[in-house]
Amino acid sequence: MTALTVYIPIDAAALSLGAERVVAAFRREAEARGVTLDIRRNGSHGMFWLEPLVEVETLQGRIGFGPVRPEDVASLFDSGALASGDHPLKRGHVADMIWMRRQQRLSFARVGVLDPLSLEDYVANGGLKGLQNALAMSPADVVEQVRASGLRGRGGAGFPTGVKWKTVHDAQADRKYVICNADEGDSGTFADRMIFEGDPFMLIEGMAIGAYAVGAEKGFIYLRSEYPHAAQTMARALELAERAGWIGANAFGPGKHFHLEQRIGAGAYICGEETALIESLEGKRALVRAKPPIPALHGLFGRPTLVNNVLSFAAVPFILAEGGQAYADFGSGKSRGTLPVQLGGNVLRGGLIELAFGISLREIVEGFGGGTASGRPIRAVQIGGPLGAYITEKQLDLEMDYEVLAANGAMLGHGGIVVFDDTVDMAKMAKFAMRFGAEESCGKCTPCRIGATRGEEVVEKIIKGERVEQNIALLRDLCDVMAAGSLCAHGGLVPSPVLSALNRFPEDFVPAARKTAAE
Amino acid sequence: MEQPIAWEESLARDLISDKAELEGPLLPILHALQERFGYVDPRAVGLIASALNVSRAEVFGTLSFYKDFKKQKPLGRTIKLCLAEACQARGANALAARFEQASGCRIDGGFSGGVEIETVYCLGNCALGPNALYDGEIFGALTDEALAALHARAARDGVAR
Repeated sequence: MTALTVYIPIDAAALSLGAERVVAAFRREAEARGVTLDIRRNGSHGMFWLEPLVEVETLQGRIGFGPVRPEDVASLFDSGALASGDHPLKRGHVADMIWMRRQQRLSFARVGVLDPLSLEDYVANGGLKGLQNALAMSPADVVEQVRASGLRGRGGAGFPTGVKWKTVHDAQADRKYVICNADEGDSGTFADRMIFEGDPFMLIEGMAIGAYAVGAEKGFIYLRSEYPHAAQTMARALELAERAGWIGANAFGPGKHFHLEQRIGAGAYICGEETALIESLEGKRALVRAKPPIPALHGLFGRPTLVNNVLSFAAVPFILAEGGQAYADFGSGKSRGTLPVQLGGNVLRGGLIELAFGISLREIVEGFGGGTASGRPIRAVQIGGPLGAYITEKQLDLEMDYEVLAANGAMLGHGGIVVFDDTVDMAKMAKFAMRFGAEESCGKCTPCRIGATRGEEVVEKIIKGERVEQNIALLRDLCDVMAAGSLCAHGGLVPSPVLSALNRFPEDFVPAARKTAAE
Repeated sequence: MEQPIAWEESLARDLISDKAELEGPLLPILHALQERFGYVDPRAVGLIASALNVSRAEVFGTLSFYKDFKKQKPLGRTIKLCLAEACQARGANALAARFEQASGCRIDGGFSGGVEIETVYCLGNCALGPNALYDGEIFGALTDEALAALHARAARDGVAR
């Protein structure tokens, strides 16, 4: 009898719901039935409400079942569903599901499909083509492809990636560095984590292309410590890639080395800011540096340094494999290509949605997401992480586009969308934003260090009903100072969730006593 | 998880010299010490400073900046409970409040009965909150029962060490 091949994700989302116990249940049930079992571990397809999403290899292809709990496994065997029978958890071909069919997966094409640590799977599914093409071109031509793609930094700032690459490429120095910023600290984001756990070679390939293009021999991946599974997978992937000669000594030809090392953060959100990250890599307190000089010219150890987000590097292998124009053909306006949107919070169907720019938020939150998990009305949505603005339900018709959102007082950030139902208290969220700002401030500049602490106190006074008008005026004044006077985007953006909550949900800032009196 | 061992200067020196040749070695060294001993002993500060030829103040500055590094021997095990926005939207604050009420333990209130619960902002599982991280494992869609069971498990582990 041939072996039964089963795919069970090893992504942290699946693990968090007991994927390992599902693996054990499959082993137990197969043994009891004398079935030879071949369990493969894949990343997640990003349909988290179906995790653990188990796929079974059949004559008709890979058939998905989910969400599978350990106690469901016996019935999967007994019903004959693993061959072709029916089962309540049967979802059919994953690629045919509406959620997947409506996406345009470029960076996430392989995530969830293949074994993240198989070099053969990676190459067989189009991996390495980008790096091979790049190595056949001059570094300047590689930079030109990235410029032509229109790719903009996916970390949040949206700076044109090609311009940054050209700056580092043109800089003269004894050595240069590339750094991948994987300090994905924003609440509501998990795309970086999914790449580390689901397709780590793509990031390695993207960084190798970057190193070749700018002339760096050394690269660092800076990963946050809250992602232990991602760290393990990447550590193993780096070993395999080095053994295969994709990175390491003479990786780009005789005498052309690329050494890539993973470093783990230590619980500081501010390290997502590139200059703080550089300080941290140097072994210092992660205090933000004043810019200029920009890291592209004066970065790690004072050398020209290319710092890009995980999603920016992850987009590069496609761009070099298919050409910059192929990437630029997706998207709208000045937002080219695709954006991996991460839908979370109080949402029925949360997960990873990679789409060309230009889709409306409503299609994402209601179409893909299916509304709230609690079944209550949507009241607020936060876009772009803890420093992103809150928008109202009515504003969901806005398009996902850097410029459109900026014009409407919001920002895309790292593409995280967090949904709240009508039980949310926006004054409390404003207070939380200030507290988070204070807790994660590096402390270097006064507007951020002191402003966020004072801000939390002022919001608290408003909530208590103390001199509300005066304190709201004071809060606005404080937010002005923070936004205009902070050294980096951390202090500069803390006012964004606070003011958006205040301006768009003013009813939550009316003291409770007066609210009752008015009713 | 490997059990931490008691402070041992010669071992600390070995761990430090293992990493001293890296570019920017300080964070990797602090991680290595914490992994082995469960915390970074103040006695390590001088050892690192002389190994890297930097001042004690620079080493202490870095050590004290990052939340992850503990400067005292932990009195048990730590559960990290996410209270960031996405988990809040899924009821994490209410879960935490009910847990405090039922168990008498305070979140971010230090060790009690061999276990502490620390707030963390985001574990990257934002569609499946509330989430917690314990012993390198992530726990999603936490219910009152699941959090209580996790706490009991950590308390057993904490007392056993």
